[in-house]
Amino acid sequence: MPSAEELRERIEQALPGADVSVTDTTGGGDHFRAEVVSDRFEGLTRIQQHKLIYDVFGDEVGGAIHALSIKTEPPSPAGDGR
Amino acid sequence: MTNDEIKTFIENAIKENRVMLFMKGTPQQPACGFSLRASGALNALGVQYAALDILPDPRIREELSGVSGWPTIPQLFVDGELVGGSDIVMEMFESGELAGLLGVEQPELEGEAEAEPEQPVQQRPIGLENRLN
Repeated sequence: MPSAEELRERIEQALPGADVSVTDTTGGGDHFRAEVVSDRFEGLTRIQQHKLIYDVFGDEVGGAIHALSIKTEPPSPAGDGR
Repeated sequence: MTNDEIKTFIENAIKENRVMLFMKGTPQQPACGFSLRASGALNALGVQYAALDILPDPRIREELSGVSGWPTIPQLFVDGELVGGSDIVMEMFESGELAGLLGVEQPELEGEAEAEPEQPVQQRPIGLENRLN
Protein backbone atom coordinates (compact mmCIF):
# COMPACT_ATOMS: atom_id res chain seq x y z
CA MET A 1 0.00 0.00 0.00
CA PRO A 2 1.52 3.33 -1.00
CA SER A 3 2.14 6.06 1.56
CA ALA A 4 1.83 9.80 1.11
CA GLU A 5 5.59 10.04 1.69
CA GLU A 6 6.28 7.50 -1.07
CA LEU A 7 4.05 9.38 -3.51
CA ARG A 8 5.79 12.64 -2.65
CA GLU A 9 9.23 11.14 -3.27
CA ARG A 10 8.19 9.69 -6.59
CA ILE A 11 6.76 12.99 -7.82
CA GLU A 12 9.93 14.78 -6.72
CA GLN A 13 12.07 12.26 -8.58
CA ALA A 14 10.00 12.71 -11.75
CA LEU A 15 9.95 16.52 -11.47
CA PRO A 16 13.30 17.55 -9.98
CA GLY A 17 13.12 20.80 -8.05
CA ALA A 18 9.34 20.62 -7.65
CA ASP A 19 7.69 21.73 -4.42
CA VAL A 20 5.48 18.75 -3.57
CA SER A 21 3.07 18.05 -0.76
CA VAL A 22 0.98 14.89 -0.59
CA THR A 23 -1.68 14.10 1.97
CA ASP A 24 -3.54 10.88 2.60
CA THR A 25 -7.02 12.36 2.65
CA THR A 26 -8.79 9.46 4.34
CA GLY A 27 -5.94 7.87 6.25
CA GLY A 28 -6.65 4.64 4.39
CA GLY A 29 -3.64 4.67 2.08
CA ASP A 30 -5.65 4.86 -1.11
CA HIS A 31 -7.07 8.40 -1.42
CA PHE A 32 -4.45 11.09 -1.88
CA ARG A 33 -4.22 14.78 -2.59
CA ALA A 34 -1.07 16.06 -4.28
CA GLU A 35 -0.19 19.75 -4.53
CA VAL A 36 2.74 20.41 -6.81
CA VAL A 37 4.55 23.58 -7.80
CA SER A 38 7.06 23.06 -10.60
CA ASP A 39 8.63 25.12 -13.36
CA ARG A 40 7.90 22.15 -15.64
CA PHE A 41 4.29 23.37 -15.70
CA GLU A 42 5.17 26.67 -17.37
CA GLY A 43 3.27 27.05 -20.61
CA LEU A 44 1.30 23.82 -20.18
CA THR A 45 -2.49 23.53 -19.98
CA ARG A 46 -3.99 22.19 -16.76
CA ILE A 47 -4.68 18.91 -18.57
CA GLN A 48 -1.01 18.60 -19.52
CA GLN A 49 0.10 19.54 -16.00
CA HIS A 50 -2.12 16.94 -14.37
CA LYS A 51 -1.05 14.31 -16.89
CA LEU A 52 2.57 14.81 -15.85
CA ILE A 53 1.54 13.77 -12.35
CA TYR A 54 -0.68 10.89 -13.45
CA ASP A 55 2.15 9.61 -15.64
CA VAL A 56 4.33 9.15 -12.55
CA PHE A 57 1.96 6.48 -11.28
CA GLY A 58 0.59 4.90 -14.47
CA ASP A 59 -1.88 2.10 -13.83
CA GLU A 60 -1.59 2.51 -10.07
CA VAL A 61 -4.08 5.38 -10.35
CA GLY A 62 -7.40 3.60 -10.23
CA GLY A 63 -5.69 0.55 -8.78
CA ALA A 64 -3.70 0.72 -5.53
CA ILE A 65 -4.15 4.48 -5.59
CA HIS A 66 -7.92 4.59 -5.70
CA ALA A 67 -8.12 8.35 -6.02
CA LEU A 68 -5.52 11.02 -6.63
CA SER A 69 -6.67 14.61 -6.39
CA ILE A 70 -4.20 17.01 -7.98
CA LYS A 71 -3.49 20.72 -7.82
CA THR A 72 -0.67 21.98 -10.00
CA GLU A 73 0.88 25.42 -10.37
CA PRO A 74 3.90 26.96 -12.01
CA PRO A 75 6.20 28.70 -9.49
CA SER A 76 4.95 32.22 -10.22
CA PRO A 77 1.34 32.06 -11.35
CA ALA A 78 0.48 34.42 -14.15
CA GLY A 79 -1.22 37.48 -12.73
CA ASP A 80 -4.72 36.62 -13.79
CA GLY A 81 -6.32 37.65 -10.55
CA ARG A 82 -6.79 34.23 -9.01
CA MET B 1 -21.13 -5.02 -27.90
CA THR B 2 -17.49 -5.30 -28.88
CA ASN B 3 -14.76 -3.06 -27.50
CA ASP B 4 -14.55 -1.31 -30.86
CA GLU B 5 -18.27 -0.59 -30.78
CA ILE B 6 -17.97 0.84 -27.28
CA LYS B 7 -15.07 3.01 -28.42
CA THR B 8 -17.07 4.27 -31.41
CA PHE B 9 -20.03 4.98 -29.14
CA ILE B 10 -17.81 7.03 -26.82
CA GLU B 11 -16.25 8.95 -29.69
CA ASN B 12 -19.66 9.74 -31.12
CA ALA B 13 -20.97 10.82 -27.71
CA ILE B 14 -18.07 13.27 -27.39
CA LYS B 15 -18.66 14.54 -30.91
CA GLU B 16 -22.43 14.84 -30.75
CA ASN B 17 -22.83 16.39 -27.29
CA ARG B 18 -21.34 19.81 -26.81
CA VAL B 19 -21.08 19.20 -23.07
CA MET B 20 -20.40 15.54 -22.34
CA LEU B 21 -19.71 14.19 -18.87
CA PHE B 22 -18.47 10.66 -18.25
CA MET B 23 -19.10 9.79 -14.61
CA LYS B 24 -19.67 7.09 -12.04
CA GLY B 25 -23.42 6.91 -11.57
CA THR B 26 -25.83 9.47 -12.94
CA PRO B 27 -26.40 13.20 -12.31
CA GLN B 28 -29.44 12.13 -10.26
CA GLN B 29 -27.49 9.46 -8.38
CA PRO B 30 -23.74 10.04 -8.52
CA ALA B 31 -21.84 6.99 -7.29
CA CYS B 32 -18.64 8.80 -6.32
CA GLY B 33 -17.85 12.12 -4.65
CA PHE B 34 -15.69 13.25 -7.56
CA SER B 35 -18.45 12.59 -10.06
CA LEU B 36 -20.90 14.36 -7.74
CA ARG B 37 -18.73 17.48 -7.75
CA ALA B 38 -18.36 17.56 -11.53
CA SER B 39 -22.06 17.04 -12.24
CA GLY B 40 -22.92 19.42 -9.40
CA ALA B 41 -20.86 22.17 -11.03
CA LEU B 42 -22.68 21.70 -14.32
CA ASN B 43 -26.04 21.63 -12.53
CA ALA B 44 -25.16 24.85 -10.70
CA LEU B 45 -24.34 26.52 -14.00
CA GLY B 46 -27.66 25.36 -15.41
CA VAL B 47 -26.18 24.06 -18.65
CA GLN B 48 -27.53 21.26 -20.74
CA TYR B 49 -25.22 18.30 -20.74
CA ALA B 50 -25.18 14.65 -21.57
CA ALA B 51 -23.89 12.21 -19.01
CA LEU B 52 -22.80 8.61 -19.34
CA ASP B 53 -22.42 6.23 -16.41
CA ILE B 54 -19.20 4.27 -16.89
CA LEU B 55 -19.96 1.71 -14.18
CA PRO B 56 -22.18 -0.80 -16.03
CA ASP B 57 -19.22 -2.30 -17.92
CA PRO B 58 -15.48 -1.96 -17.09
CA ARG B 59 -14.73 -1.74 -20.79
CA ILE B 60 -16.39 1.70 -20.97
CA ARG B 61 -13.74 3.15 -18.70
CA GLU B 62 -10.93 1.32 -20.49
CA GLU B 63 -12.01 2.54 -23.91
CA LEU B 64 -12.70 6.06 -22.63
CA SER B 65 -9.23 6.37 -21.12
CA GLY B 66 -7.81 5.05 -24.38
CA VAL B 67 -9.64 7.79 -26.29
CA SER B 68 -8.86 10.60 -23.86
CA GLY B 69 -5.48 9.59 -22.43
CA TRP B 70 -6.91 10.50 -19.03
CA PRO B 71 -6.85 7.82 -16.32
CA THR B 72 -9.57 8.85 -13.90
CA ILE B 73 -13.32 9.46 -13.76
CA PRO B 74 -15.12 11.86 -14.14
CA GLN B 75 -14.05 13.33 -17.47
CA LEU B 76 -15.68 16.42 -18.91
CA PHE B 77 -15.58 17.18 -22.62
CA VAL B 78 -16.70 20.48 -24.14
CA ASP B 79 -16.81 20.96 -27.91
CA GLY B 80 -15.07 17.63 -28.35
CA GLU B 81 -12.11 18.56 -26.15
CA LEU B 82 -11.20 17.09 -22.79
CA VAL B 83 -11.54 19.84 -20.19
CA GLY B 84 -10.45 17.74 -17.25
CA GLY B 85 -11.37 15.64 -14.27
CA SER B 86 -13.06 16.80 -11.07
CA ASP B 87 -10.10 18.85 -9.79
CA ILE B 88 -9.82 20.91 -12.97
CA VAL B 89 -13.59 21.20 -13.34
CA MET B 90 -13.91 22.51 -9.78
CA GLU B 91 -10.99 24.94 -10.16
CA MET B 92 -12.55 26.27 -13.35
CA PHE B 93 -16.01 26.40 -11.78
CA GLU B 94 -14.78 28.39 -8.81
CA SER B 95 -12.75 30.80 -10.93
CA GLY B 96 -15.62 31.39 -13.37
CA GLU B 97 -13.63 29.94 -16.27
CA LEU B 98 -16.08 27.08 -16.70
CA ALA B 99 -19.01 29.49 -16.97
CA GLY B 100 -17.02 31.43 -19.55
CA LEU B 101 -16.18 28.32 -21.52
CA LEU B 102 -19.83 27.25 -21.53
CA GLY B 103 -21.14 30.73 -22.25
CA VAL B 104 -23.32 31.03 -19.14
CA GLU B 105 -23.49 33.40 -16.19
CA GLN B 106 -21.46 32.49 -13.13
CA PRO B 107 -24.00 31.85 -10.33
CA GLU B 108 -23.89 34.15 -7.32
CA LEU B 109 -23.36 31.43 -4.77
CA GLU B 110 -19.77 30.34 -4.65
CA GLY B 111 -18.56 26.88 -3.78
CA GLU B 112 -22.08 25.56 -3.41
CA ALA B 113 -21.98 23.32 -6.44
CA GLU B 114 -22.98 20.25 -4.49
CA ALA B 115 -26.05 21.87 -2.98
CA GLU B 116 -28.24 21.82 -6.07
CA PRO B 117 -29.32 18.27 -6.75
CA GLU B 118 -32.92 19.20 -7.50
CA GLN B 119 -32.14 20.39 -10.99
CA PRO B 120 -31.09 17.46 -13.14
CA VAL B 121 -30.39 18.89 -16.56
CA GLN B 122 -29.11 15.77 -18.21
CA GLN B 123 -29.76 16.34 -21.86
CA ARG B 124 -30.91 12.85 -22.66
CA PRO B 125 -30.11 9.32 -21.63
CA ILE B 126 -27.51 7.98 -23.99
CA GLY B 127 -28.55 4.41 -23.46
CA LEU B 128 -25.25 2.59 -23.82
CA GLU B 129 -26.29 0.38 -20.91
CA ASN B 130 -29.07 -1.16 -22.94
CA ARG B 131 -26.77 -2.15 -25.74
CA LEU B 132 -24.00 -3.92 -23.90
CA ASN B 133 -25.35 -7.48 -23.99
